[in-house]
Order: sequence, then structure tokens, then C-alpha cells
Amino acid sequence: MKRFIPILAVIAALLLVARTAFAPGPDTEFDLDGFGRLPVLADGRIKPLDTVGRTTLLSLQARQTVYLADGGKLTPNQWLLDVLFRPEVADTYRTFRIDNLDVLQMIGQDEETRKRVYESAFVRFMAVLGFAPSHYSRFSFDQLAPFLAEIDRQGELAASLEAPQRDSFQRAIVKLRSKLVLYQQLKHSAVFPGDEDFLTTLQSLQDNFAEGIAAVRARSNGEEHDEELASRMIDVGQMFLAMDQMAYLIPLPPLGEDTSDHNWQKTGRALLNSFQSGLVNPYALAYAGMARSWRDQTPETFNTIVGLYTAQLDTKFGDQMKKANTERAFNQTEPFYLSLLLYVFVFLVAIASWLVWPEALQKSAYYVLWLAWIATTAGIITRMWLEGRPPVTNLYSSALFVGWGSVALCLFLERVYPNAIGATAGGLTGFATMIVAHQLSLSGDTLEMMRAVLDSNFWLATHVIVITIGYSATFLAGFLAIIYVFRGVLTRSLDRDTSKIMERMVYGIVCFATLFSLVGTILGGIWADQSWGRFWGWDPKENGALLIVMWNAIILHARWGGLARARGIMAMAIFGNIVTSWSWFGTNMLGVGLHSYGFMDAAFNALVAFVAANLAIIALAYVPRSKWLSATRLAQA
Amino acid sequence: MNEVTKSFVVFFSSLKLTVALLAFSMVLVFVATLAQVNLGIYGVQEKFFKSFFVLANFPGTEIPVPVMPGGYLIGGFLMINLLAAHLTRFKLEWKKAGIHLTHFGLIVLLVGELITGLLQEDFSLRLEEGETRSYSESFRRNEVVLINKSDPDHDDVVAIPESFIADQQPVQHGKLPFQIIPRAYYPNANIGMLSSLPEGIDQSALAPNFSTMGIGPRLGISPLPLSYNDQERNLPTALVELVGTEGSLGTWLVSPMLIAPQPFQYAGQSWEIAFRFEREYKDFAVNLIELSHDVYAGSNIPKNFSSLVRVTALDGSEDRESLIYMNHPLRYQGYTFYQYQMDSANGFSVLQVVRNPGRALPYIACLLMTLGLTWQFTMHLYKFSQRRRAASAT
Repeated sequence: MKRFIPILAVIAALLLVARTAFAPGPDTEFDLDGFGRLPVLADGRIKPLDTVGRTTLLSLQARQTVYLADGGKLTPNQWLLDVLFRPEVADTYRTFRIDNLDVLQMIGQDEETRKRVYESAFVRFMAVLGFAPSHYSRFSFDQLAPFLAEIDRQGELAASLEAPQRDSFQRAIVKLRSKLVLYQQLKHSAVFPGDEDFLTTLQSLQDNFAEGIAAVRARSNGEEHDEELASRMIDVGQMFLAMDQMAYLIPLPPLGEDTSDHNWQKTGRALLNSFQSGLVNPYALAYAGMARSWRDQTPETFNTIVGLYTAQLDTKFGDQMKKANTERAFNQTEPFYLSLLLYVFVFLVAIASWLVWPEALQKSAYYVLWLAWIATTAGIITRMWLEGRPPVTNLYSSALFVGWGSVALCLFLERVYPNAIGATAGGLTGFATMIVAHQLSLSGDTLEMMRAVLDSNFWLATHVIVITIGYSATFLAGFLAIIYVFRGVLTRSLDRDTSKIMERMVYGIVCFATLFSLVGTILGGIWADQSWGRFWGWDPKENGALLIVMWNAIILHARWGGLARARGIMAMAIFGNIVTSWSWFGTNMLGVGLHSYGFMDAAFNALVAFVAANLAIIALAYVPRSKWLSATRLAQA
Repeated sequence: MNEVTKSFVVFFSSLKLTVALLAFSMVLVFVATLAQVNLGIYGVQEKFFKSFFVLANFPGTEIPVPVMPGGYLIGGFLMINLLAAHLTRFKLEWKKAGIHLTHFGLIVLLVGELITGLLQEDFSLRLEEGETRSYSESFRRNEVVLINKSDPDHDDVVAIPESFIADQQPVQHGKLPFQIIPRAYYPNANIGMLSSLPEGIDQSALAPNFSTMGIGPRLGISPLPLSYNDQERNLPTALVELVGTEGSLGTWLVSPMLIAPQPFQYAGQSWEIAFRFEREYKDFAVNLIELSHDVYAGSNIPKNFSSLVRVTALDGSEDRESLIYMNHPLRYQGYTFYQYQMDSANGFSVLQVVRNPGRALPYIACLLMTLGLTWQFTMHLYKFSQRRRAASAT
């Protein structure tokens, strides 16, 4: 029976993968997937609307699903359709997350108004326990509308300060203001938000072009003219102008033979150009058609328009469409979310293996760790293909890669020592890095364009990869040491042999970390020499990397010199976590204002908590040996 | 070897010292990183790394006292420690080859950093589109210059470093028919026309201006605190009196904020006086042909900055074009030209010009240390897998 457990575990994991990756979409006749695949230009690259919906929601409200007052929910594509085509409906959705109490007060929200009322007694009970939210933290545009002028005024005041000088209220108000601007810009991207039938507007413009333009010209010359037609033309022109100035997305591909990314157009701009050409841009008409059929809720028309538009683009923009398709599929599969679930599974199973069925559960954990790692790898490779870049291009992708690297090392450790320690560490570091990555994804699209200085695939592929593997290994050594301390002090499961094996693991990983962080740091210096003319400039990020190298060197020298034994080395490896987190995130926060009081950003709090937790574990390691629960087993030969 | 020498050798070659020094360096680097928020990178380098002791004022006084060892001291001790350890314990064995190689690489790296710290020079070269220059300017240092314009073929320039002005030492020079006497010096100051001072500025807050010549009498000086922001440059102002054999010629107000030099006549000769960014003249001229600033489609995100330049040696031995862009500097005559800043709207590009005689050393060090560590850890891994094979065989 026990022989089948690993197989069952793998099957269970695969089922989980299948369930998440192939989850049925919402029950609707609209071709939401087809809509989500449509490419637009935004933030310097062509991306599918699906990505726009997801990343915008993440930055507005820190999650991708929109929950409605009636208990229903919307996918990012449904939400985006409403924002683009039925903004008055989208304005009622609670999609603006606000946490700062002063800002909440400013928009007239207090303890009472924010309180959630649940029908079910059970949910009420859960809310008291903290398992269900007891207060609203997300608000609709309609709720914010009365305060827009004040938000704008306060935001402008705060924005005039340099970022490091802003206090927490000012940071929050600047953030809220930019969210509102983004939302308004999004509304102006495809059709004019005040016009309930933009398609008819465009069609009547097309039908009356010559007469309309003649009427306007006549009016400005003071000649006889059709006043109604002339003023309608001017109104329409004003609409287009507003759309051109406001829009966030650049959704219309160039007409004719042109396929350059640089010639995509905002809807407003393309429509203004139609006054010269006498022809309304056909792609703008397609979006106006989608708008009408979405407002009328006529799925057949909607699907036909999406289908025809897609077919048009497929012939001319094959490459962009292929990328957009892949990106949409990638978004839907959510490989990193999948791996996150699997890492949790691995962690729990591996820990359980120390209590029951050691062999069967160890194998289960090991196999599923492979699955999780493959999912992470697939996700990273897809991102690389989409971007045409090496894996690490920003902080977000560095988190993914740190996870990938440390899990890879864990798979190696687990293969050499099949004792579930590598699997536990793999589950733990994999899970932790995926959570960090998720938090980092809240700032917007994670497939950012590289700024000019960093635009060098060679150095991204060498320095950045090597140094990130150095981070992975240093963290892994720290997490292995944490497992050692917990097992030794708090359980009876650490015997002498296991202790010896773990010492060797930590030592090996520290050696590996030293090699990679040293080489990575020096390569960084060489990149700097190539780009800026100085090998070493003592900038915070460089110093952070140097600290990791020096700390690893200290651990090695302390071991070689006999200055630290098992416990000392473990404590030092845990301190390595602190050093690495400082260099990874702390150095980035320096500019954000260690010297500005009231600095309480979430990331800073998380870093402080992480440092404190590691210090506490180091303290735990120094509980006298005789008090360790594993003391007797460690003493036995 | 007597006891005392022996205990010295033991101390300087011990691993304990290594660990202690590394720990000190970590503290130094960490504190220096935090200090950058207020001091800027340049200030931090001077205070923490290019010093033997980090000084801080004794609380409540202006008396500097050493609070911790500086970069030179720690680096020096690390070097001694490293050399001592290898001299006393050196054995030529394959087993130790990796360690030796790594540490030798480290020595090269430290020496390289020392050479760079002492000898590296960097300048900026600001060019408008179409402009040609055969000199570059210092990022921090300034100089007072007196230019004898009377020869139509060439100018005779006497440059006086800012430090002389700051010390308010009278300067006499063989090429100058007068003495230069600095009367006042402000290391960072704003100057503006007295006639167009903004409303509400208190005239008495201005520094005394007793200049008599040139544009000086029409200007107000408002001294500023020294800036440590790496993006800002301190612009000094000085009042300089020129004194000839028959008495004073007058007092000039000079500052790099005044772009044009101030002309005057003396003993039938035309002169100019200016306080300007220190210049270094080269044997070649650089001409900016074209600059370009690319962005990603439909956005303001910069994709590339590039400057197309022509380099012409003054002796005619070189005349070529080169495209300088991100990560692709131009190297010529021991100088490296990097794309530093650009303002495409106003049509100028700033190149950073660096000369570093030690720039090859980090590359060598990187190679040595990579080889050394890889060798060492591969040996570990090999021994380890052999032991495991032996263990599983029994």
C-alpha cells in the first residue's frame, strides 16, 4: 500500500495543476478569451488586453478578481469590458484599495461606514475571528467621485515634495491619485466614456463627412451654414481630442502596409486624423461595434466583431498576435501560482515524513518538488520568450529566479541525501519567493521595458544571473540552518547523523554561495566599468552584494579556523538571511527615506519583521544544549 | 625568532584576525551605505573608504575623534594578514592551489582599488550638436584663470587651483605682471543681478560684495551650504583683487556661474579673468556630429542614448567617427568616453571622460578568483562524492 503513496501524491498534484490551469471561465456566451487576446500597445510594448485587465486590477486593488455587492464576481476581462464600454457600471465596482486611515477619513469613511454586514451568522463569526474581512478596504469610483477635487489638490501638494520627504499620508494620497488617473485614462482608451452610442456617432460622422466639414468651414468664415451639423461636428472633434489627450492604451494598429510598433495610434488620434482622410479608422469602428454589442448584451454580434477583427490582425501582425496569444495563455495558466500551491504541498508532506511513513512521504515530496520546479521553470522560460531577455530583468523576476535557483539546489540536495530536508527547504524557499514575487507584482505590469542603462542582454545574462544564484544559495543555507535549529530545539527528530549531514549541506551551500556571489559581484563591477567608467562606486546595491560576499567569507574562515562549530555555523548561516534581504530589498529602500519619519511602507515593515524573525531564531539556537529536545539523540553516537 | 616576533607573526597570520577584519569591513560598508543618504557617494568615499580612521565630532564640540577604522586601515591590515598567512603557511600543493589563486586574486583586486583610488581621474565633456572641444572639465574642481589675449595667435593662460583661493593666499606668477590677492571666498553660493532680485529678499542677508570691476558691482552674493547631493555641483564665488607695481587694479567678483570671462586692460595688454570648471586639455579634439535619444514605442521610457562623435588628433594622426552609446564607450589614448547625460531637446550631450591606469586589474582578479574558487570547491565536491561512494560500497 505504502508503495503507491508517491504515485498518488503525484496524481493529486497533477490534478491540482489541471484544475487550476484548465479552470472553466465564467458562464457566458461572450467570447471573453477572444477579447482578452486582442493586442494593444501600452507601456512601450504590445500586450494582450487580458494582461491590461489583470495588471491594472492588481495595481488598483491588489487582486485580479472583482467581487460584486450581490456576491457575484468578475474576471479581469469582464471588468475591463465594463470599464472600456460601460464605464457607468464599472464606476460602481469596489476596485480602489485604500488602507491609509487619514485618506479614508478624507473620503468620508469611518469605522461605521466601512463595517461589513454579513447575512450568515457563520460568516459573521468567521469575521470576528479574522478569517473573513470585517471592514471594506476597497471603494468604488462612485464613492470617491465627490472627493475627486480634494484628492487631486492633496495629491498635487504631496507630489511637489521629493518622494523621500513624503509622509505616509502623502505617499498614500499620491498613490490613490495615480490610480484614479490610470482608471480615467483607461476609460478613454477605446470609446468616448460619455457617449452611450459611440458607433452611431462614428457612423453618422462617416455619412456626413463632406457636408459636416463644409459646414464648419462656412461657420468659421461667417458664411451661411447648417448650424446643427456644424456644432455636432465640433462636439465630436472635442470628444476625439479628449480621448487623444486622456487615453492610456494605444489600441489601433497602423493601416496599410505599415507594421511598425511605433505607428500604433490612440483611438482619439486616429479619429482626429480621419478629418483629414475623410475615412473613419476601421479598427476604431471595430472597438465601437464591440462597445455597442457589450452594452446591448448581444453576444453573437460581439463574437462576430471580435472574430473579424482578430482575423484582420492575424494576417498582418502574425508575430504580435502569436505573442499576445501566448501571453494570454500564460496569464490564464498562472504557472507561478500553481508552483506556489505545490510548494506548500511539498513542505507539508516533507515535514510529515519525519513523523510517519518516512520513505513514502519523502519520495512523494521529492517528486512533487520536481513538478513544482518544472512549473516555475516553464513560467520563467515563457517570460523570457515574451520579453526576448535573460530571466532576471527587474525585482519581480529576481524573486522568481531566486526561488528557481534555490529549489534547483534543493532538488540536488534531496537526491544526494534522501531525507526530506532538501524537500522541506525547497518547499519553504519556493513558497516564500513566490509570495514575495506576488507582492512585487502589485506595482503593475511585470514585463517592463528595460531602461537604457540596463539594456544589455550580455550583462543581464551573466552578472545578474550569477549574483541572483548567489542570493538563492545564501538564502538556502539560511533556511537549512533554520530547519536545523527548529528540529534540534523544538523536536526530538534531530539525531547525530542527521546533524552531521545538515552541517555538510550548509557548508556545501555556503561554498557555492561564496563562489557565485563573489563572481557575480565582480562581474557587476566589470559591467559598471564598461558602462560608467568605474569598477566600484560604493553605491548601496554594490555594497549590499559586497556584504554578502564578506559574510560568506566570514562563515568559511570561521569554520576553517575552528572559530565556530555546528551551532555557530548554523547561527551565522541564519544571519546570512538578514544580510541577503538587506542587499536584495533594503538597499532599494534607502532612497525611499530611512530619514523620513513615519516611513511605514508595507515592504519596509515586511523587511523589519523578517530581520526580527531571523534574530529570534538565532537566539533560539543559543538555548543551552541540554535544553534542546533533541539533546539526548544528539549526544548518542 | 624570538618570542615577541613570533607572537607578532602568529597574530598577523591568524584566521581570527581575518574574521575580525572582515567583520569590521562589513560594519564599515553598512554604516557607509546608510551615511550616503545624507553625505552622498563622494562624501562617503572620502570619509569612510579613503581614510585611515572614520572621524566624527565629539558630541557638543567641533573636535573630530576617530570612531572606527577607515577603509585604508582595514584594507591595509587585510593585506598584511593575507601576506603573513601565506608566507608562514605556504605549501605548494595541488590541494591548496585554489585557495592560493583566490587570495592572490584578492590581492590584485585590493591593489587595483588602491591604484584606482589614487590615480583615477574623471572629467566631463559637454558638447552641443556640431561643437568641437579639445578639453574636458573636472566634475568637482574649479580654477581661477588669467588669460593674456594680446597675442593674436594664442592665449597665455595662468590657472590657479581653487584651493589657493580658498586659503586666501596671495599668488604671484612669472607670467603675470600683477599679484592676485583673494579677498573673499564662498565654497557654494548663488549670485544674481541686484536689479532683478526676487521680491522679499532681505538685502542684508547677502554677503558683502566689495568688488569694483567688471560685472561684479551689479551682483548680489548669497552663500549656500555645501551640497552633498551627487546630482548637484557646488559653485563657488570669490572676490579677487589684482595688485600691480603701482597699486591695485581693482577687485573682481568671479564665479563659474558667470559663463563669459571678464575682460580688462593692463599695461597696454588685453586680459581676461574667470573662475571656471578646471580644464584638462587633450592632444585631440572631439566633435559631436549627432545625438539621438530613442524611446520605446508609444511611451517615454528611454531605450537608448547615443552620441555620434568625430575624434581628431591635433597632430593629424587620427581622424575617425565613433558612436558612443549605453554600454559602448569609446576608448582612445588611455581615455574612455562614456555617454553620461543627454538633453536632446536642447541639443547637448555630456560625455564622461575617465582615465584609470589600473582598470585592467579587476578583470585579472576576477579571472584568478573565479578559477581559484571553482578549483577549490570542485575538489571538495570530488572528495565528498568519493567518500560517499566508499561509504555506500561498505
